[in-house]
Amino acid sequence: MVQKLLKPLLIMGGGAGLAAAPVVLSEYALGFMVSVMSYVTLATAWAMFSGPTRYISLATVAFYGTGAYTVAVLSETLPYPLVLLTALAIGVVLAAFVGMATLRLAGIYFVVFSFGLAELVRQLITWFEVNVTGTLGRYIFLPFETQHIYWQLLALAGFTIGLGAWIRRTRLGLAPKVIGDDEVVAAHSGIALARTKVMLFVVSAALMTLAGAIQSPRWVYIEPGIVFNPTVSFLTVIMALLGGAGRLWGPTLGVIPLMVLFEWLSANFPDHFSILLGALFILIVFLLPNGVLSALEGWMKSAKGQSNGKTIEEAQT
Amino acid sequence: MLLTTLMIGLVLGGTYALVALGLSMQYGIARIMNLAHGEFMIAAAFCAYVLFNGAGLPPLVTLLIALPLGYGLSWLVYSVMMHPLVKRAPNRGQLEADSILATFGLLFILQGIMLLVFGSDFTSYSYLNHPINLWGTNIAANRLVAFIVSLTLGLGLYVLITRTRWGATLRAVALSPASAPLVGIQVDKVARQAFAIGGSLAAGGGVLVSMFVTFSAAGGVVFTMKALIVVIMGGTGNLMGAIIAGLALGIIETFVTSYIDPGLSLASVYILFIIVLLWRPQGLFGTARS
Amino acid sequence: MLKLTRRAAVGGLSALALAIALATAPANAQDGETVKIGYAVSKSGGNATGAGITTIPNYILWVEDVNAAGGLELPDGSRKLIEVVEYDDRSQTEEAVRAIQRLATKDKVDFILPPWGTGFNLAIAPLMDKFDYPHLAVTAVTDHAPEFADRWNKSFWFLGGGLDYATALADVLAAANKAGSINNKVAMISVADGFGIDLVKAARPALKAQGFELAYDATYPLGTSDFAAIVNDAKNSGADSFVAFSYPPGTFGVTKQAQVAGFNPKVFYTGVGGAFPVYKKISGGQQEGVMGIGGVQSDSAAIQAYFDRHTEVVGNPPDSWASAVTYTSLQMLQEAIKRVGLDREAVAAELATGSFETIMGTVELENNQLRTLWWAGQWQGDTFAAIAPADDTGAVLPVIPKPDWQ
Repeated sequence: MVQKLLKPLLIMGGGAGLAAAPVVLSEYALGFMVSVMSYVTLATAWAMFSGPTRYISLATVAFYGTGAYTVAVLSETLPYPLVLLTALAIGVVLAAFVGMATLRLAGIYFVVFSFGLAELVRQLITWFEVNVTGTLGRYIFLPFETQHIYWQLLALAGFTIGLGAWIRRTRLGLAPKVIGDDEVVAAHSGIALARTKVMLFVVSAALMTLAGAIQSPRWVYIEPGIVFNPTVSFLTVIMALLGGAGRLWGPTLGVIPLMVLFEWLSANFPDHFSILLGALFILIVFLLPNGVLSALEGWMKSAKGQSNGKTIEEAQT
Repeated sequence: MLLTTLMIGLVLGGTYALVALGLSMQYGIARIMNLAHGEFMIAAAFCAYVLFNGAGLPPLVTLLIALPLGYGLSWLVYSVMMHPLVKRAPNRGQLEADSILATFGLLFILQGIMLLVFGSDFTSYSYLNHPINLWGTNIAANRLVAFIVSLTLGLGLYVLITRTRWGATLRAVALSPASAPLVGIQVDKVARQAFAIGGSLAAGGGVLVSMFVTFSAAGGVVFTMKALIVVIMGGTGNLMGAIIAGLALGIIETFVTSYIDPGLSLASVYILFIIVLLWRPQGLFGTARS
Repeated sequence: MLKLTRRAAVGGLSALALAIALATAPANAQDGETVKIGYAVSKSGGNATGAGITTIPNYILWVEDVNAAGGLELPDGSRKLIEVVEYDDRSQTEEAVRAIQRLATKDKVDFILPPWGTGFNLAIAPLMDKFDYPHLAVTAVTDHAPEFADRWNKSFWFLGGGLDYATALADVLAAANKAGSINNKVAMISVADGFGIDLVKAARPALKAQGFELAYDATYPLGTSDFAAIVNDAKNSGADSFVAFSYPPGTFGVTKQAQVAGFNPKVFYTGVGGAFPVYKKISGGQQEGVMGIGGVQSDSAAIQAYFDRHTEVVGNPPDSWASAVTYTSLQMLQEAIKRVGLDREAVAAELATGSFETIMGTVELENNQLRTLWWAGQWQGDTFAAIAPADDTGAVLPVIPKPDWQ
């Protein structure tokens, strides 16, 4: 009973603490937190769809970049909240189209399709800019300081995790788990496969689009080559998988250690970053095959297992 | 004019097929999604460059060294890195996720090493860069050589796989790794061979491509992505499919460049790719997955 | 067994976390013995090539030169060695932005050198301004430099904009056309990238104003690797002048393809990459007569010495466009520090108003911009010699027609 009360209290306290972070943190630490919040949103949103369905999507940057690009195009003409809404709408429409593809494709086919989609969006935007508007490279001059962007991203990350928790309790969240386990069984049990998959994909993509839109004023100058950087898609996948895509807090727990590590590597080994990062990835695959979260749990289980049997049960729920 | 465009497109398509052959073997049969494929190619390209500049060795001789070397190295990579993952994976989905992560790591390691050794500068040399006139079209001799070698390698392997007993075991593993052991096939050994052959083809492809493409240590991803698209379009594990898909992409890219708008050449590749996937999710020549 | 490895893994992770905590703990010696200079450039990822040719080698060379001379000289005549703090932005703007925040607020470096690329320089410009660092935006090509200099008054723009390069090229072609050595048709291709589009947008009206007709005008996407079809169409256009507003490695692809196709226009102009030392190798030693962006004063002893020194320290010669400009910007910073000390506000003021002796001669900034640049060059012998502006001292006459490819 106490535990039931404790959890929301902890979350609220944590949220309040994070919201107050700009008061205490240095500009640099805050900049770091901006990236963390951005990737927490991306990875959690990614896992919302890919975790239960086990479809590995590399389209993250297609939405993230679209969001950023929308801000670049509209920031001078529309008020900021409307710009965000427009970005959201574009993201939803694009996602609905891609979502349809998930009805036909699975496995590696979906992986490569989603990657191709990100590249296609980039190519088409470039072509449109060159031939129709005649400008390539746009500027964003919005009067946002690091903390403003941080607060927005924090709110978005909080919302994403909350939404993730809510979806898990509804039929919408249950259905794709069945899909991931066995599509045939799912179909027989009367789950509206198609609608569920598309809806989850749209929700996840909409969140990614918003993340890109909110973060973009930090970059001032926007070019398709900059905002559609495939690295973002790869990092999202890796962070989510590292943490454990099947769990609500898994992606978050994947983001934090990786971000800290990237920061540390790029500061201390600027010339060997690639090699060390690569070695680390391989180590992760071999040592933490199911993600950090389940490894931690496994560890806790074996540590506490001898003394107290009951905690194991709770640790698992 | 039409003939010229077609020829240019075919030769470009030959390059795409060449880039994709190795990955087709590795993914189609060994079921390893090797994201470091492009880095293998770049490494081989650097070898060709160093040997050409340092020892005056023509790339076509380097090719003879690169093929067995690529085989050996890939064999090693499979034994050390992939084998434990394959053994551990409870299902294909898990293996796919694991191999993506592991080879992504390998990609970074190889790229980092090449950056350290060769620096980040663009690298290129001039070899056989003279025109050969074919029916009124000037084609670079080096591209033509690459085209012919890639078709020979691809078709040769295709014949081996479809016509020999050894090929039958490969196909069995590709189609159904779970039931292949039931008929006495050592899945592990076959997968290792396929992965090594794929690596060998990647090395060979790297050497050939280095004759006419300017490459840099960070440029492997481009090859990997082109290869992925060709492999998926052709149907996994289908070498002939990969060759035809490669050629088709080359021709379409060239036609769009000449007759529509060069600005849409790459977009057309992705559009075609996406249409093919939606129309035939198993690829142009793939068989539906069980 | 499995449990053990997991435990080991978690143990390893926590040890790592501890190591990070220790490593990132404030190790601010702040002894004042050295001058801390920080930079974050792309050492990996897509921009590593550009940064590795133009930016990083010059930073290395400059630090080596300064420290070999005993350090940066201060107004009182004393010298302080340079201590470098460097990060890899991994070709991501978000990383570049964060690295600046880190350099400014955590490492508290004395000066920050810019990253490579227009986008990256613009991304960090607001922060450089906020933290009061002079921003020597060297490898940033933009027609909006005057506005940016107004917006961020400690930012300095060193490489002009697309308009400058395109107009200068149109002048070179117009002179040749007037002399009767080329016809009035131009075949032009451009890469769909910020700089490529800036160039082509400026070139269209500039060429038309000089009476040229665009016989072929196409834009190709970044990442195009095969130019056979494009070069073929350009060849069939009947133009005497071929202009490629290209980026490497496209620049190299176009060159090789032109050789194969036997495409021998009287003027062969390439974009970024044409002035790279590797161009000689790529063209198979047939670079003679190829025009492009940039250029160096071929008869300058200072430039010659710089090329030699660069080759000696870095291992290869610099490129003939932005490298010398990068080194010049560093010399200006060095001289400004010598005159006014380490006060950043004063250094910025000195950079804006002072006159400096550099490898590019005496240099002054106008409205925070370097305007005395070479806009076009041509391979003549082993040098990528400046040809425009034609009436500036040091410019050579362009050789038209270019000799045919062998």
